[in-house]
Amino acid sequence: MIKHFLNLEWKAFFRSATLGKSIAIKILMGFFLLYFAIIFSFAGFFMIKILGKTHPNISPFVAFNSFIFFWILADLLFRFFFQKLPVMSVKPLLTTPIKRSSIVNYVLKKSIVSFANFLPLLTIIPFGITLMINGNESVQTVIVWWLVLILVILINNFLNFILESLSAQTELSFLPIIILTGVLFGLNHFNIINLSSLLSSAVMGIAHNPLYLITPVVILGVVYGINFNLLHKKLFLDSGLKEKIKEVNAANLEWTKNFGDIAPFLQLDLKMILRNKRTKSSVWILVMGLLYGLFFYPQPVYQNATWFFMLIGVFSTGIFLISFGQFIPAWDSGYYKLLMSQNIKYEQYLKSKFTLMAFSVVALFVLGIPYVYFGYKVLIAHFVAAIYNIGVNTHVIMWGGSFNRKKINLDQKAAFNYQGTGAVQWLIGIPLLLLPLGLFALICFLINFEVACTVIGVMGIIGIVLHPKLMKLITKKYTASKYQMIAAFNQES
Amino acid sequence: MITTSNLSKKYNNKQVLNIETLEIPKGQSFGLVGNNGAGKTTYFSLLLDLIQPTTGHIINNNMQVDKSEDWKPFTSAFIDESFLIGYLTPEEYFYFIGELRGQNKADVDALVAQYEDFFHGEILGQKKYLRDLSKGNQKKAGIVAALIGNPEVIILDEPFANLDPTTQIRLKGIVKNLAETKGVTVLISSHDLLHVTDVCERIVVLEKGQIVKDIQTSEATLKELEAHFAG
Repeated sequence: MIKHFLNLEWKAFFRSATLGKSIAIKILMGFFLLYFAIIFSFAGFFMIKILGKTHPNISPFVAFNSFIFFWILADLLFRFFFQKLPVMSVKPLLTTPIKRSSIVNYVLKKSIVSFANFLPLLTIIPFGITLMINGNESVQTVIVWWLVLILVILINNFLNFILESLSAQTELSFLPIIILTGVLFGLNHFNIINLSSLLSSAVMGIAHNPLYLITPVVILGVVYGINFNLLHKKLFLDSGLKEKIKEVNAANLEWTKNFGDIAPFLQLDLKMILRNKRTKSSVWILVMGLLYGLFFYPQPVYQNATWFFMLIGVFSTGIFLISFGQFIPAWDSGYYKLLMSQNIKYEQYLKSKFTLMAFSVVALFVLGIPYVYFGYKVLIAHFVAAIYNIGVNTHVIMWGGSFNRKKINLDQKAAFNYQGTGAVQWLIGIPLLLLPLGLFALICFLINFEVACTVIGVMGIIGIVLHPKLMKLITKKYTASKYQMIAAFNQES
Repeated sequence: MITTSNLSKKYNNKQVLNIETLEIPKGQSFGLVGNNGAGKTTYFSLLLDLIQPTTGHIINNNMQVDKSEDWKPFTSAFIDESFLIGYLTPEEYFYFIGELRGQNKADVDALVAQYEDFFHGEILGQKKYLRDLSKGNQKKAGIVAALIGNPEVIILDEPFANLDPTTQIRLKGIVKNLAETKGVTVLISSHDLLHVTDVCERIVVLEKGQIVKDIQTSEATLKELEAHFAG
């Protein structure tokens, strides 16, 4: 059975329409993973030395175990955002004589073969070996300790999928995990329940007395069972389809009429943003972008680095512009054929996107005015950045959009969803962020802050003045690549 | 109304469509039949300028479709679900199409009201997004949207597929009415020979991209078509 499943997956990967992209991303991921693997194994080999420095009075084994609680929390958080239950298209299999339970078991077992499960082994195995060699602990204790930790890893693995499936229905899907880990951390931090020492003595207790291994085994069995039931229930066609349909209230966006001939597109764009999973779940990116400055401005190092203000200015006023603009026109990829066969003016279509982005820049600038707390120069830099965003970046990003060839499925979540992302999206970042930052910094160093602001501001104003001309050019570019876009958006990725 | 000359389409040197000449007069109800891969959808896509012809061109009311865009105001189509905007309710979708075609809400309401029995109470006022409707109901919404704005040319790809029998019969009535009383040129493709012969004045059979039959519909047409496809 497993042979069949593996065979199907092999074909799914190599015959997918976007093979080139997946391989490129896989290679990039490979480097990241290699980097982590090296760090983790180094940490394992030198753990005794490290702990000897930080905790000179207790044995390295005890010291390490006291961290297990925090490791579990961090591991859960990390898994929640990065590890997904292996996907398998089960629909065609449901009518074949394969038992539902073997499909579920296969998916669950496959999840064990995840990098997230192997990474900790790279630390604990060298650490355990050095413990044995140095004679800190007996061979038996170390082996049992390994078993305990492997069981803990697996428990975490399956616990994560339970959390994910429970929170998948809610809008703010990351809230439950934040609350859970936050509460556990809080309970421990404020010494209400000393979970970290409880856990560490439990782990060491089992390590010295292998019979207690039965406890983590039972817990693992329970979380696996819960997962099995959750998945088994979902393995029916209608359960996936039924729950989605909610009553909707038709929105009345009459006020958009003030924008004249772009009103229908503006309404469409707003509805698109408000009614789709992918767009809705990227709202938190806006919040992050707006608060981006708080990572830097409170630090005295950046207080005087005026040349750096431009980056934060462009980013925090342009976060919507960047996250929305980079996927023009892929947002409309699902019904691009309709738009192209309708009596529409491309220019109106693009102008609606421009208007939306320009307004977002103004709104984000206004929301960011409190940054003036960190000095009036910050506000000036942000103001200039906003002008540059409206005048230059909107046009640059729309021009880049004409190279867009990747379909977007609006029904999927956004966090760490790279669907629709191609080389263009990365390349476009250079003129978008690096050019204003580089120019601004250069003039700041050579002349001064005021001149730098003037130059960037003037560039933005030139862009705004030339707006009608630029729109004509961009429209031409879109018209020229019409057929390629239609063909590309027709392909499921 | 629609003149096709020397039209061909190749994908990687494989010819999928080759029509030397095809003339569709105004007000004709025109049926296109053929097995899978015969080139029906390819022809409709070329007609809507969604793909580029390898050679030749189509002229729609004196306008070459891949050169000018002025044919768009009087041409409408429903090819497949990608003509629907999934996150709109049917009403919002009708209004959006209406606005693109210069119709205000009252115009759209008046037109849509005519098709209430076609909808069978499953489209309007359902408070559902188009993406949550069944395939058949999505199709109903798409077909009616193609009627908005008094188009002179209407292109429907496989309109009968996925529809229930009642709706199929009603659709036939709608199409006949459009061609006979309003002088609309209706282009339909179908696998259902009975429906096409019922509705269309003229039927063209495509086979591997070539026109192999061009029939003015009569009593004998259905037999003729059945004989052709059986052989």
